[in-house]
Amino acid sequence: MGLFLSVLGRDLRLALRQSSDSLIVVGFFVVTVVLFPFGVGPEVSVLERISAGVLWVTALLASMLSLDRIFQQDYEDGSLDLLTRAPAPLTGIVLAKILAHWLTTALPLVVAAPVLAVLLQMSPEGFSALVAALLLGTPTLSLIGAVGAALVLGARRGGVLVSLLILPLYVPVLIFGVSAVDGAASGFAVASQFQIMGAILLVSLVVCPLAAAMALRQALE
Amino acid sequence: MLPNAYPARFIGLSRTVVVWLAILTVVALAVALPWALWLSPPDYQQKDTIRIMYVHVPSAWIGLMAYVLMAACALVSLIWKKPLADYLARAIAPIGAVFTLLCLVTGSLWGRPMWGTWWEWDARMTSMLVLLFLYLGYMALSNAFDDFTRGTRAAALLCVVGVINIPVIKFSVEWWNTLHQTTTVFKKQGPSMAPEQLTALLLMALAFHLLFALLVLVRTETEATNARLRSLGALGTD
Repeated sequence: MGLFLSVLGRDLRLALRQSSDSLIVVGFFVVTVVLFPFGVGPEVSVLERISAGVLWVTALLASMLSLDRIFQQDYEDGSLDLLTRAPAPLTGIVLAKILAHWLTTALPLVVAAPVLAVLLQMSPEGFSALVAALLLGTPTLSLIGAVGAALVLGARRGGVLVSLLILPLYVPVLIFGVSAVDGAASGFAVASQFQIMGAILLVSLVVCPLAAAMALRQALE
Repeated sequence: MLPNAYPARFIGLSRTVVVWLAILTVVALAVALPWALWLSPPDYQQKDTIRIMYVHVPSAWIGLMAYVLMAACALVSLIWKKPLADYLARAIAPIGAVFTLLCLVTGSLWGRPMWGTWWEWDARMTSMLVLLFLYLGYMALSNAFDDFTRGTRAAALLCVVGVINIPVIKFSVEWWNTLHQTTTVFKKQGPSMAPEQLTALLLMALAFHLLFALLVLVRTETEATNARLRSLGALGTD
């Protein structure tokens, strides 16, 4: 537990001292979302219809872009070698690093999302569902993403490769996330979507750190 | 690479099996293809387009089965670190991907006259498309490293994670949109198809499975030989 907190603290400190990295991810999110009205036209009805999907897909891409931050630097400077030799389960350390990644990249996206929802003319009933769905869904994205990030350590063109590996695995989160927001915006009950997203999160919470830890051990063999 | 990484006994056995399998495959295809494509009666509703189904359905079965087989090999490779499992998994991947693609293409050709569209975002089609992406991801990852074992093991882990995900993807996509024909062969009440059509379908399925097994065995031998050449330093940078 102590090691968990110290790894978490270390990653958070590193992210804060290079806070431009987090800002770039939010910047990407904002700029990409703003591009959509240019692409599909400024009609309110069209924007309102696609707002949930656009926000989710863009948030998913933004969180994917920052995945190399989880392990890449530690892999290159050798601190990952030391972390795998620490007197604690690697799974816990991996979980701490994933949590740090989520706090520094996904959380700013969740904060920015309602503002962008206003720009996309989403109906106000959807706002709380949007924040709640992102809060419940983005940890899953970070968890799955960490497996991909660990798998491509040392690969040629790892950054592009990781998108091919993990985007198909993001599909369920995307479907239920968008459906929860869309449903809430049009006034339907969306409890089941949230329950399923919670279930997916719990399963990933068990499986992904294990798989990522295995992938790290392979990478350092 | 370990010194005993060449599975000599398996290769020896597979060389004998391949000959017989090749003969069987040719015979099965020679019977099944004319039967399914010319001799079997056309459907009263779908007319001759039903014949697309005789290619489509076996391809879909094999596309799915191949991924599960690959995941089983990947699991063996991760737990017991058997090189043979590595070669098998790598051999299966492109073949499974091609059958999945074949399923998608024939489905699209069938959809044009029947549903009036080349592509519909229907649940089953979409999950096959995601399956194709999983295959592509596996192949891309397994070839992305300079070190053969590292690439194969990383891809094996990805494959196992993917196989856990497939039911979730299937369920979520079904929840999202469904238009497809429901299952007509594997049902509790027995298949809901005319017997002539069922015979044609099963013949094609048999022929395709034989073809699949044959291709996998040949490719496995190639992978094993490649690995041996690599360990001898004959294959350039690898």
